[in-house]
Amino acid sequence: MKVVLDHLTKRFPSRNKKQPEDVIAVNDFCFEIPDGKLIGLLGPSGCGKSTTLNLISGLEAPTSGKIWFGDDDVTDLPPENRGVGLVFQNYALYPHMTVRQNIMFPLENFKGAAKLSKPEMEKRALEAAKLVQIDGLMDRKPGEMSGGQQQRVAIARALVKMPRVLLLDEPLSNLDARLRLQTREEIRRIQQETGITTIFVTHDQEEAMSITDMIVVMEAGVVQQIGHPQDVYDDPVNLFVAKFLGTPAINVFTGKIEGGKLFIGDDAVLPAEGQPDREVFVGVRPEGFIPDENGPLCCALRGVEVMGRDTSIIASDPSCQSDTVRAIISSEIRIDRNAPEVRFSLKPYKTHVFDAASGERIYISEDEIRRSLDAQAAAEGEEA
Amino acid sequence: MLEKNNRKAWLYLLPAMLFLGAFMVYPLVDVFIYSFEEGYNFASQSYFGTGLYNYGYVLRDPYFMQAVKNTFILVIITVPLSTGIALLISLGLNSIKRLKELYQTVFFLPYVTNTLAVGLVFMILFKKTAYSDGLINLLITAFGGSAVDFIDGPYWAKMFVMCFYTVWVVMPFKILILTSALASVNQDYYNAARVDGTPPLRIFTKITLPMIAPMIFYLVITGFIGAFKAYSDVVAIFGTDLNAAGMNTIVGYVYDMLYGNSGGYPSFASAAALILFAIVLTITCVNLLASSNSDNF
Repeated sequence: MKVVLDHLTKRFPSRNKKQPEDVIAVNDFCFEIPDGKLIGLLGPSGCGKSTTLNLISGLEAPTSGKIWFGDDDVTDLPPENRGVGLVFQNYALYPHMTVRQNIMFPLENFKGAAKLSKPEMEKRALEAAKLVQIDGLMDRKPGEMSGGQQQRVAIARALVKMPRVLLLDEPLSNLDARLRLQTREEIRRIQQETGITTIFVTHDQEEAMSITDMIVVMEAGVVQQIGHPQDVYDDPVNLFVAKFLGTPAINVFTGKIEGGKLFIGDDAVLPAEGQPDREVFVGVRPEGFIPDENGPLCCALRGVEVMGRDTSIIASDPSCQSDTVRAIISSEIRIDRNAPEVRFSLKPYKTHVFDAASGERIYISEDEIRRSLDAQAAAEGEEA
Repeated sequence: MLEKNNRKAWLYLLPAMLFLGAFMVYPLVDVFIYSFEEGYNFASQSYFGTGLYNYGYVLRDPYFMQAVKNTFILVIITVPLSTGIALLISLGLNSIKRLKELYQTVFFLPYVTNTLAVGLVFMILFKKTAYSDGLINLLITAFGGSAVDFIDGPYWAKMFVMCFYTVWVVMPFKILILTSALASVNQDYYNAARVDGTPPLRIFTKITLPMIAPMIFYLVITGFIGAFKAYSDVVAIFGTDLNAAGMNTIVGYVYDMLYGNSGGYPSFASAAALILFAIVLTITCVNLLASSNSDNF
């Protein structure tokens, strides 16, 4: 089922008397979610991603804008008539019911022609349980299960009524690190097996990037960028997106464009032909540094961390916004850890330049513009 | 080391144990002994012999049987009624937004009001005197009924006032407990039920009730115990000569046996008190068994 969000806006009236303006949780959200895809809504807490999910589920009504499921306008439909399955952050499993009763609960609400007989319900519940691989635990109560198992029950309960859209609110945040890896693969598998359009909310960019077909990066209620995870990572439209995606985080330097050259401090790191002079931020991904004796960027060396597969160089530079500059290089390259400083040259496609005032991306070379256009075309092709 | 810790632990317990021993354990044991001493005399502190005579006397005493009957009627009517009404009011309070605090305060007021003052007000509302019929009787006659003396009149009328009063007095505490229990049910359960299209009645019976069941059991058990111990409320409405009014309760009977006009019989009082203890203990155990059977998550 294709889901279309058409200029979706949600305002909450302010409860703070000193600040009478409304809080805009979601601001003019336009997005067409293609059928059968796994979409990640990504952003820091308070960015409006959960509100967006509640708007799609129908638990909240939008202030303006429309929501379409396929060709149906569902904007004014109550949640029960939308055919959505919702998995809550805390799972919201009914503690006094067994797994079987929990999964069957949505089916027992069916009315009229849709009403199922008891054996049919049992069968459907067992099918859903098999899909999430908890069919051996049908008579347990939620309190007797681990977090990961409860998560599966919650997904089974959302899937059992065969929803048109599956919504997951921070599905992995209550799990420990190992279980999180396992469960996100599981969500991906279930989504691909069922083919249900799935939207999940997360503040963890790694989680979003690893399993989604597309991510939507939000901040302060405004959509920043939509695209394939790798494209958004490689080609962020502004400083916020660049900083939000990637671990370790992107290194941000204050710099300037002067006389057709990009400067970090006094080091001219890359050509920027035909660009007007201005103050900029330069973001360099950790993997964008090449140790180079004759490289233009000179940083004080703080330390070298060997992690086996690759090596992390910790350096510092007065122009850098954070205390340390972190570069990740192949461990085959040897670094003299006693040297007072280290010199780098930068990979142009791992170096992003942003306007110092607006934070918007500046494309400094033709090559970069072409690459970004390619990515955009690829994203649109996927949408269509 | 363990020895020393043990001694320390006992030392910490000592103040509480001293008070409990002096004011709980010793009197309990004493009451138990009194109840088996036949013909005990307060003044000379002497008795004829020991045996079950006191229990026999109390159980054959028509005043005691009247008190038992009154107490049971009170318990059976007021506990379910007050819990049910309190649940309805709490659900109402929980579902409104405007003026919620105001209503909560209004519903809580009876709790902080003095029993005797409230009893007096009830008496004025219900009593029929030579000068006035009382407000309730005025209402009854206004709607075409005939006036009833609720305070000195027929048994059912007096029982009605008693139950009405008890329900009214115990309600605030139950509303307080139930509103906080309802508010503490995670909103996500309701949201999940809404997304699944659960009808409101089903939400109430399948989600709300099981979630607040422990609190309801708590209220029922304390309600039973409280109603079995009814005394001061009865005095506030019907005065101190409860046997004459036919409205005595078990605790009232115990008090009368000790200090009333017909009093001075600590042995009978002790026997009656222990019978009450046995009744309350039995009912509490039954309640606990029932509750542990139905809620086990």
